[in-house]
Amino acid sequence: MSMGGRVLGLHLGLLVILFALQFVLPAYHHGNIARIMVLASYAVGYNILFGYTGLLSLGHALFFAAGMYGMGLTIQHAGFTPAPALVVGIVAGALVAGGLALLALRTAGVAFMIVTLMFAQAGYLTILYFGEYTRGDEGFVIQQAQRVLWGIDLSDPTARYFAAWGLFSVCFLMSLWLVRSRFGRTLIAIRENEERVRMLGYDTYAHKLGAMVVSGTISAAAGAFYGLLFGYAGATFGSVQYSIFPLLWVLLGGAGTVLGPFVGTLFMFYLIDLSSGVTSAYMLIAGVALVALTLFAPQGLTGEVRRRLWKGLP
Amino acid sequence: MEFGPHLILATLEGAVTAAVLALTAVGLSLVFGVMRVVNIAHGEFYMLGAVIAWYVAQMVGGHPALGFVAALVIAPLVVGALAAAADVTILKRIEYDPERTIVATIGLLYIIQQLTLMTYGPEARPVEAPFNTRVELPWFDWFETLFGMAQPWGWSITSYKLFVIFAAGAVLCGVWAMMARTKIGLLMRATQADRDMALAFGIPVERVYALVFGIGAGLAALGAVLIVPIQQAHYLMGVEPLLLAFIVVIIGGLGSLPGTVLAALFIGLSDGIISVFFSPTLAKILATLLVGLVLVFRPQGLFGTRTA
Repeated sequence: MSMGGRVLGLHLGLLVILFALQFVLPAYHHGNIARIMVLASYAVGYNILFGYTGLLSLGHALFFAAGMYGMGLTIQHAGFTPAPALVVGIVAGALVAGGLALLALRTAGVAFMIVTLMFAQAGYLTILYFGEYTRGDEGFVIQQAQRVLWGIDLSDPTARYFAAWGLFSVCFLMSLWLVRSRFGRTLIAIRENEERVRMLGYDTYAHKLGAMVVSGTISAAAGAFYGLLFGYAGATFGSVQYSIFPLLWVLLGGAGTVLGPFVGTLFMFYLIDLSSGVTSAYMLIAGVALVALTLFAPQGLTGEVRRRLWKGLP
Repeated sequence: MEFGPHLILATLEGAVTAAVLALTAVGLSLVFGVMRVVNIAHGEFYMLGAVIAWYVAQMVGGHPALGFVAALVIAPLVVGALAAAADVTILKRIEYDPERTIVATIGLLYIIQQLTLMTYGPEARPVEAPFNTRVELPWFDWFETLFGMAQPWGWSITSYKLFVIFAAGAVLCGVWAMMARTKIGLLMRATQADRDMALAFGIPVERVYALVFGIGAGLAALGAVLIVPIQQAHYLMGVEPLLLAFIVVIIGGLGSLPGTVLAALFIGLSDGIISVFFSPTLAKILATLLVGLVLVFRPQGLFGTRTA
């Protein structure tokens, strides 16, 4: 399927702007945008399963944490350098996602939601249980000397920004390509009417399995990069909260749009950041924003743009 | 200590957990069963119950029992009214759409938590129990040559904890009687069975929904009032009961009240026993894995009849 010029222009344009921003942003926002790009990659991964395949998972923190700990523990205890450690993290995420998919895809609807939640919770508790290695809630710091990738010091703000941008670009373009591919179209069809897709002769189970593995792998990559770029791994990243975050970002930005996860993450991050400058009650503002959003913009920010302005937005 | 006394103690402590859990989970199960709504804010209604209980106990003063009884009545009513109001203003307007309800209730969770933090503060505060005598548990053992009763020092339960177990049992009987014997219960069951048909028969479904949401939250608050003399009221205390209540509702079968109660007993007791003999974290890992596996192989739960 060929990409329309406008579509390609819009998405590549965002990446170019993000790349260029790095030279003009003040230090504080520079760091923020780097963090947002890594978290948005997590949301991009989540969106493939939730937005495009229609499977509501409450267990993505498991994949995020699998990536983070796969990377962090091998650096910490096995003395790996960042490159192989990142690979270990991503592979760990893919394996965990595949394993969970084999179990969880036997269920549907609310049961799927709870199964993923429960296994993620078991994963989180396991991190706490092996506190001797993982340092539990307290977490562990990855030393600066252990964060040098091919001679590039990832704790340096500029290098960190480039790495985050690279990760986000890959995830973002992959998601754009995926949802416009035959595989992605089938996923959307499954979201709309699984029965009919199955009757047309597609193996819906295999497609959903594939979607979950891709989604989990991207989430794990985001987790691994997050740990490496910000030099810290802690059990909090495996808690329910971190499963709910990508759901919120994606819903806020617009589920089932390629741009949505980034828009949602950016919006939520700055909503909390700006409001916490004004008042300590940022959670109140976030809560009110969520309720207002469900009431007035059920399809999320990008979803509303698609509904009102540009029907062809991928 | 020996195995026997340990086991009795663990069982009783587990029964207290189970009693409170059953109340919370039955509330969640009612809401899910009748309205098909997954209420993420359920744990916050529980927390609100405990916090309001503290305020009421402070205001009443006098003998601790006075404040406690007042809290037992007032907290569930206030929380129930708040929940019903949230149902009418938010959930009704998004037409109980599953995904949007989840987001809206997460928003509600943030709002309630933050407002509590701003007014009540971050401290954990206790409510004094109305009575709290130590009850020594008898244990029979062989002494030298004769069989007799021993009272090993250090393991006893308070009378209040026994009261919690019985009070929860009584309330659950009340809920069952309401569902099975009263007109309100009939209306709820009709709405649960077929919303559209109920509407066609002139049942005020919207009012039933608001009522059910209120009762569900009220039950959680009631459970919390019972627990504050044992655990203190804290603005973050709602998270764990929410997860546990989820576990219980799922294992018991979505929307099945007897299943929910049995599952609460099972989870509460096994949590108590495994926590005493192994470690609390391990107990929780096992429980969550179990729930996951139950759902994978029996998505309708142990006692459920319908698929979700």
